[in-house]
Amino acid sequence: MIAGRPWFRVLSLVLGFAFLYVPIVSLVVFSFNESRLVTVWGGFSTKWYGALLDNQQIIGAALLSLKIAAITATVAVVLGTITGMALARFGPFRGRTMLSGMATAPLVMPEVITGLSLLLLFVTLEQLIGWPKGRGMTTIIIAHVTFAMAFVTVIVQSRLAQFDESLEEAAQDLGARPAKVFFLVTLPIIFPALLSGWLLAFTLSLDDLVIASFVAGPGSSTLPMVVFSKVRLGVSPDINALATILITIVAIGVAIAGVVMSRQQKIRDRDAQMALAANQQMIESLKKG
Amino acid sequence: MSGPGMVPLGRQVNFWIEDGLGAIVRSPVGSRLRRWGVTGKTLVASVPFFWLLLFFLIPFAIVLKISFSDAQIAMPPYQPLFHWVSEKVLQVKLNFGNFAFLVEDNLYWKAYLNSIFVAGVSTLLCLLIGYPMAYAIARSRPAVRNILLLLVILPFWTSFLLRVYAWIGILKNNGLINNALMALGVIDQPIQMLQTDFAVYVGIVYSYLPFMILPLYANLEKMDLTLLEAAADLGCKPWEAFLKVTLPLSVPGIIAGCLLVFIPAVGEFVIPALLGDPGMLMIGKVLWTEFFNNRDWPVASAVAIALLLFLVIPIMFFQRAQDRESGGGLHR
Repeated sequence: MIAGRPWFRVLSLVLGFAFLYVPIVSLVVFSFNESRLVTVWGGFSTKWYGALLDNQQIIGAALLSLKIAAITATVAVVLGTITGMALARFGPFRGRTMLSGMATAPLVMPEVITGLSLLLLFVTLEQLIGWPKGRGMTTIIIAHVTFAMAFVTVIVQSRLAQFDESLEEAAQDLGARPAKVFFLVTLPIIFPALLSGWLLAFTLSLDDLVIASFVAGPGSSTLPMVVFSKVRLGVSPDINALATILITIVAIGVAIAGVVMSRQQKIRDRDAQMALAANQQMIESLKKG
Repeated sequence: MSGPGMVPLGRQVNFWIEDGLGAIVRSPVGSRLRRWGVTGKTLVASVPFFWLLLFFLIPFAIVLKISFSDAQIAMPPYQPLFHWVSEKVLQVKLNFGNFAFLVEDNLYWKAYLNSIFVAGVSTLLCLLIGYPMAYAIARSRPAVRNILLLLVILPFWTSFLLRVYAWIGILKNNGLINNALMALGVIDQPIQMLQTDFAVYVGIVYSYLPFMILPLYANLEKMDLTLLEAAADLGCKPWEAFLKVTLPLSVPGIIAGCLLVFIPAVGEFVIPALLGDPGMLMIGKVLWTEFFNNRDWPVASAVAIALLLFLVIPIMFFQRAQDRESGGGLHR
C-alpha cells in the first residue's frame, strides 16, 4: 500500500530525467556536427575540437579559470571546514548566530548583489589602504572563496551531524588535545565530505560568470566571461566542443570520487567490524577469566 | 628501531602542532586571552568569522553608502559621501535621489514585480516537477536510490552557463523542437520560443530543479513509513494518506526547496539575458545594465539595496530552516 501508483512514479522519473538530460546530450551530439548550423546534422566531424584548441583566447581563459578554481577550492575547504566544525561542534559561543547567518546567506544571495558589493568593497579598500592594487586574479579568488565556502560549510556541517560524537569524546578521554582529536579522528572521518566540498567549490568557481564579471579587471577574463560574450552573439559549435570536454572531465572526476569514497567506506566498515569483533572477544575472555 | 629519527613524518607534524598550540595555550598570553573568553577554539573560528565579516557583511554597508551618493564621471564614478568642509566640520551629503528615481521611474517597479512574479511561477513549476521526482527517488530501493540521486546532482556539476546555452539550440527557430515539429508536419511555420518569457521559465526551472529535489528528497527519505501503514490500517486510501500524512510532514522540505529556488531566481541575470526577450524586465538584468552599460554605480547600488530589502525576509526564513536542519545537534 505504500507503493502508491508505481506507473506514476516511473513516469515522473522518466520525464524529469529526460528534461534534465536532453539538453546536455544535445550539446554533446552537436559538438560532433560537421555543419556550422548547430542543430542541423551535417555529418560526423571533430573539426570544432580543432578550432577550439586553436582559439588562444579560450585556452588562455580556461587556464586562468582552472588556476582560480584550484586555489579557490583549497582555501574554501579550509575556511568552510573550520566554519562547519565551529557550528557543529564548538557548542554555543559568542558570535555563533552571526557566523551561522553569514555562512548560509551566500548560498541564496543573488549573484548580482554579491558581485556588486564585493567590487565596491575592493574599490573602497584600494582608495583607503591601496590594496588590492587593481582587480584581477586575487579579487576573483577572494570573491569565489566567499561564496564557495558557504557550500563547503553546509557539506561539512551535515557530515558532522551524521557521525557519532562519542568517537571524538573517546579520543579526548584518552588524553588527546582538541587539535590532535581533530587531525587524527575527525579529519579522516569527514575526509570524503571535504573531497566533495573541494570538487563542488572547484566547479562553482569554474562556473561563475556574474560575480567574476564584477570583480575582474581588464585582462583577467575567465572562461565563463569569454563563453558568455561569444554565446550572446548566437550558438557556435566550438562552444559545444568545449561543453563536451568539460562534461567528460566532470563525469570522470565524479566517477573517481565515487570509487574512492565507496572504497574508503568499505575500509571503514571493515575496521568497525574488526573493532567490534575484538571487543566481543575481549568481553568473552573477561567472562571466562 | 624506534629512535627519535624513526617517528613517521605525519606524527612529527602532529607533535609540532601539539607543541606549538600547547605552548600558546600554556603561556601567560594564553591565560590572559582565556580570561577574556578567547580560547583556541574561538581563535580558530575567528578566521572564517572575520573573512565573512570583511568580504560578505561590510560590503553591504558600502553598497548602502554608495547608494546615497551622486554619480560623477570619474573612477570610481561616484562622489564621496563625507566631505571635510573645514577642519572641524564634516559634511555628510546624503542623496536620496537614487531611491526617489527608483520609485518614480515605472521601469524599476515593473522590473521588481516582474522578477518576483517570474521567480514565483518558476518556483511553483519546480515544486510540481520536483516533488513527484523526489518522492519517487525516496521510495525506491536503496541501490537504485543512490544512482537516481547521483543523476539529479550530476547536471549541477556541469557548467550552468553551458546548460543554459544548450536551450538556445533547442528552442530557437531552426532549433531541435521546431525542426522536429516541422518534420512531423505538426506546424509549417516555426514557433517563436527563444527570446520569450516561456524560454526564461524553461531555463529557470531547468537550472534550479536540483535545488528543489534535494531538500525534498532529504525530507521524504527521513519519513517514518509506519505512519503510512497506520493510516492504511485505519482505512485511509493511499491518496488520502498522502494528503493527510506525507504532504504535511514534508512541509519543511517544501519550504527549504522553494526558498532555495525563489531567492536566487529573483536576481537571476544569465537566463533572461541569454533566453529572454531583450526588452524583458528582470531586476538582475536592470542592475547589470545600470552598472556595466550606464556605468551608474549609485543607481546600481540603490537597485541592489532595494532588492535586498525585498529578499531579507525570505533569506532569514531560509537561515532559520537551515540552522534547524543542520545545527540541530546543538539544541538537542
